[in-house]
Amino acid sequence: MTLLSYDSTFEGFLTAVFEIYEFKYSNPKIIKKDDLQQNLFADAIEIITDNSKSDRVIKKLNAQLESDGVRSLIYAFLSEKPGIEDVLFNVINYSVENPKLNILKDFANDNVLQIVQLTKSVGREKHRMEAFIRFEQLKDGIYFAKIDPDFDVLTLIIRHFKNRYQDQKWLIYDLRRKYGVYYDLKDIEIVSMDLDIKSLEDKNNQVFSETELNYQKLWWEYFDHTNIKERKNTRLHVQHVPKRYWKYLTEKKMF
Amino acid sequence: MLTQNSKIIPLNYDKLKAKLEILADAAKYDVSCSSSGGNRKNKNKGLGDSSASGICHTYTEDGRCVSLLKILLTNFCIYDCAYCVTRKSNDIERAAFTVEEVVDLTINFYRRNYIEGLFLSSGIFKNADYTMERLVRVAKKLRLEHNFNGYIHLKSIPGASDDLMREAGLYADRLSMNLEIPTESGLKLLAPDKNHQDMINPMRFVKNELIQYKEEKKKFKSTPKFAPAGQSTQVIVGATQENDFQIIHVADHFYNNFNMKRVYYSGYVPISNDTRLPAIGTQVPLIRENRLYQADWLMRFYGFKANEILEKDNPFLDLDVDPKMGWALRNITQFPVIIQNAPLEMILRVPGIGVKSAHKIVHARRFQNLTMEHLKKIGISVNRARYFISVSNENMHLKFLNALNLKEIILTDMKSKFEKPFDNQLSLLNDATFLR
Repeated sequence: MTLLSYDSTFEGFLTAVFEIYEFKYSNPKIIKKDDLQQNLFADAIEIITDNSKSDRVIKKLNAQLESDGVRSLIYAFLSEKPGIEDVLFNVINYSVENPKLNILKDFANDNVLQIVQLTKSVGREKHRMEAFIRFEQLKDGIYFAKIDPDFDVLTLIIRHFKNRYQDQKWLIYDLRRKYGVYYDLKDIEIVSMDLDIKSLEDKNNQVFSETELNYQKLWWEYFDHTNIKERKNTRLHVQHVPKRYWKYLTEKKMF
Repeated sequence: MLTQNSKIIPLNYDKLKAKLEILADAAKYDVSCSSSGGNRKNKNKGLGDSSASGICHTYTEDGRCVSLLKILLTNFCIYDCAYCVTRKSNDIERAAFTVEEVVDLTINFYRRNYIEGLFLSSGIFKNADYTMERLVRVAKKLRLEHNFNGYIHLKSIPGASDDLMREAGLYADRLSMNLEIPTESGLKLLAPDKNHQDMINPMRFVKNELIQYKEEKKKFKSTPKFAPAGQSTQVIVGATQENDFQIIHVADHFYNNFNMKRVYYSGYVPISNDTRLPAIGTQVPLIRENRLYQADWLMRFYGFKANEILEKDNPFLDLDVDPKMGWALRNITQFPVIIQNAPLEMILRVPGIGVKSAHKIVHARRFQNLTMEHLKKIGISVNRARYFISVSNENMHLKFLNALNLKEIILTDMKSKFEKPFDNQLSLLNDATFLR
């Protein structure tokens, strides 16, 4: 087995894929540098991320799997699922061996099916973030939202929010992965920081704008009054809004 | 440049809250909450973008999508329709929003990502045009003064003039007119002051404008948008004696002749002691409503014709099985469908196979012979489909296809999963907050 370690970026992963073909490594396995320690017995080749190499892989995949297919591979990668590198490499290899076919349409193939299912899961999480993010207006006018998504979807939702909110400053912060996206009325910036979340949860302190809590309460009331009690169906409700998302929903807050 | 909030006049929070409670309550029986089909891009550094598909930002506790701020401008009304909470003779609290209040709520909810936009309806005060003009004014203010590109759904008021309807179409993404009672005779009985033709005319006008817009758009790219998300309507189910056959055919008529994007079906929630209507406490016909939606989907996405779904002498949808299964059981001779080479149209007719799965099957079968296990992984509902398909490996369940009790066999199979999905309804009557 040839162990190749990379820097956890998608470009790094694709560089490793490129070098597997370039140097004809036998029986390769791609693994994140951070996970190396669990594999003490093997010597790993350290891959240096090289955008010219990853771009060539993308170009090739684009030609064979079309842009939808490449998007699907990126989504599956962002699932952060342990061993996802193996599945992705198997699919890429399957594609290289069948240059005339779009093998991602082979829905009965186990590796393809895994990619399809992960794409669906990550896509659903992306959509849920677009739906469930709740901005709170801070004193300085910035609209702030904190998220804790199951998958690393923050970069996938930038375009959606940038198209939507062009005349307000906003910041979306991933609590688990400790980075955020900030829009300053002109550009998007990825910001790494360790936010003191406690200070934002204190209702008595002065972080929010004057009217913020009023609008939150109005929304809470609206949510309550748009419900038809005679039709109550908790199972359906929880199916659509799983409980793990409730902590960020204004309408589920206790005022 | 001023920030967007500094120019908003402070509103009286308590007053606004009281109005919101009344006017959200009054609007909730309108089931439509779709925000799809819009195509307004945020090109001007403004607020909002409704060019992508719709988003449900939350769901009510009864499981319905909340996509829009759905409110009435006012619940004062000159009409006395028996099925409506807002009817003139009903002794309830009345309220009215100002145009500014609706605009402020919409903008501030939108900025916080609570909603995709506004769904504004209204009781009819003074007369049709007076009411319609107010609705249009809200939409116009949002678009022109606040640079708002979010979704706007306006209710068409029965009897509104063509000029106002045209203006409404310029600012709204969707227009809708709720038929509510599917037949003219039913409407006469329950809404004696409402005129069937007053409802049909604005719908026909919108339809013609949509066609004209499409034509002009071909010649001039700059043609102003007209209700890009089209028009929709709603019918109440279970308030009057109409059967499903009539309802399905009314829906089919509107899809074919009025370019309707959607027909909504709303199970009647008893709100009145009027003897013409089901008594308070009668269960909402949720399963029937669900079956009607399934039938509607069959017509719009699965290639079924209205007269395939129901026949005149058997005019109600089966509550035990979905209408696609119902069709399959009535048309056993069309099965089994051979998965490996049947045309897509036939695969779409197999119970348990949805539109997406059908397409996946057609792709996947080019790579290999599909087995039942493959189909399971692809995501079809095998426990329903297996009685109707032949696959490349042996399918034991096919031997039941010609059994006289096939329906019972399938029902037993599905029972564990679907047993009484709404059985929590009765316990509600003991809930103190039940009739708030």
